[in-house]
Formats: sequence, structure tokens, C-alpha cells
Amino acid sequence: MTLQEIVEILEGEVLFAGSGLDVEVPCAFASDLISDILMCTKEPTLLLTGLTNNQVIRLSDMIDIIAVIFVRGKRPLDEITEMAMERGLPLICTDLTMYRSSGLLYGAGLRSCKI
Amino acid sequence: MARAFAAARSDMAEYLHIQSGREQAVRDFIEKPPEADVSLDSPIPEKDFNSAGKGSAEVKNLLKRLGVNPEVLRRVAVSAYEAEINVAAHSQGGEMLSHIYPDMIHVVFNDEGPGIADIEQAMVPGYSTADEMVRELGFGAGLGLPNIKKNADALRIRSEANGKTQLEFLIFFNSDE
Repeated sequence: MTLQEIVEILEGEVLFAGSGLDVEVPCAFASDLISDILMCTKEPTLLLTGLTNNQVIRLSDMIDIIAVIFVRGKRPLDEITEMAMERGLPLICTDLTMYRSSGLLYGAGLRSCKI
Repeated sequence: MARAFAAARSDMAEYLHIQSGREQAVRDFIEKPPEADVSLDSPIPEKDFNSAGKGSAEVKNLLKRLGVNPEVLRRVAVSAYEAEINVAAHSQGGEMLSHIYPDMIHVVFNDEGPGIADIEQAMVPGYSTADEMVRELGFGAGLGLPNIKKNADALRIRSEANGKTQLEFLIFFNSDE
């Protein structure tokens, strides 16, 4: 599944497209807890979260995050978006809940990341 | 810096975990500490979540340039980041010292207190003493120390009651057991 398809499924708004939305996304993980995300992400992964602080972007320095989907209508501050731009990390917002977003993507064939 | 692995004083609580199969390599390191090729030092100010994580990212990037394999890189980055966040979130500030050898990394975190009341309890997944401000940022899952234990080849924590804490871990670059 590409990031473009994910944006369409989630009726998302692209804050930053990184190097393009045609990037292939193999799997996803959803959580609002930093340590959960660190513990569970062992391969390139799409991250769905309600966290919008700078540490979410900092996570991508440690582990391989393909893009971040901010759920429940959360929007990061401009400085957070700028941090993502420096790293080439795509950011997408959706008004859908984490549960609904995950369900829609899973139903469309996007698997859970290996934990 | 291997002296950090030396015997603890009796007024100090200590926790030591070595991954199965790494006992000899860890013992060799403790008994005959080599000279580090590169050492990095970064401060960890109390509750500074703007800069927390920078030290870990710097170490990861250096190891990446040295050609360390991606799976080991991830384990170093996750362990260092969790420890860095712990110092920022729970202590009055401290420092991160990274010593890089040809075949491994030794990272030491020293903080100014107030100490870990019960280390065994702190190792239980899900147990957290994080305050509300820290939890709002997405920390406080109670997985920080368990995550380090899982990813490091050796983990040692020494903490004085109402005093300083030192956490250090070793990760070998070769993945054979």
C-alpha cells in the first residue's frame, strides 16, 4: 500500500509529503506511548499516534518510521512540522480516531508490524 | 570506564542483567577494560524534553557511519534513548557518557538523584512513577528499563537511597551468541 492510498483511506491532510506519497508502506503500528512504539517497531513502519510533541519526531532518529499519521484531529505545532521536514519524515493528519484509522487500514490489507 | 562495573558499595542497591551467552564477554570487559576508540559526553538537563534524545541520536549516527549493522544500531538507539529519557524525566539532571570500542559500545548514565526507591519494582513492565507532565508527553508506560534490559547485552543499575543513580549498558556489535 502506498502513502497516497493511506491518505485517501483516512481522508487525511498532508502536512508534509517527504520525498513523495508514492512510497510503499509495508506495515503499521498505533500507540500513544513512546516506549510501546520503541519496543514494537523493528522494521520500517507507519506510525499512527495522538502524540504531537517533538519526541514523536525524535523517535524517527532511533527507529525506522516511514511516516506519522496524527489521529483524532490532532495537529502538531509548526516547529514540530519543521523538525519532520529536516528529517524528510512525512506527516499526515486525520480527524478519524486511532481505532477507526487502524481498522480501515487493516481492512484494506495493511498488516501490523512485527513485534 | 570499565571501572564503572566494579564492585558496588554496600549502601547501594544494585541490579545486574546479562543476556544468556554473553557472560564471558561481559566478564572479559570488566576484568580487562580496553581503551575506548571514541568517547562522547552529553549533558541531560532535568525535564528538558526539547533536547532529550539528542545524545542518543548522535551516538546512533556515529555508529551508523562506522558501519554497525542496522539491527544493532536500533538496539543501541532504543536503549540509549530510554535511559536518556529516564534521566530527564526522573532525576535532577545528569550526563550520558558513550565509549565506543571496535566490537562494542559501553554507555553510562550518571544522574544527580534522587535515586530509585526499588530497582526490582522499577524493572516490572508497566510500573511507572512518571508525573503527569511526563505522561502527557507519551512517556510513563513503565517500559523504559524493561526495554533497555531487552535490547542490551548487559545492563547494570546502581542507586543510592536518596542519592545518585548510575545506569550502564553494553552492546556488542557482532550478533553471534
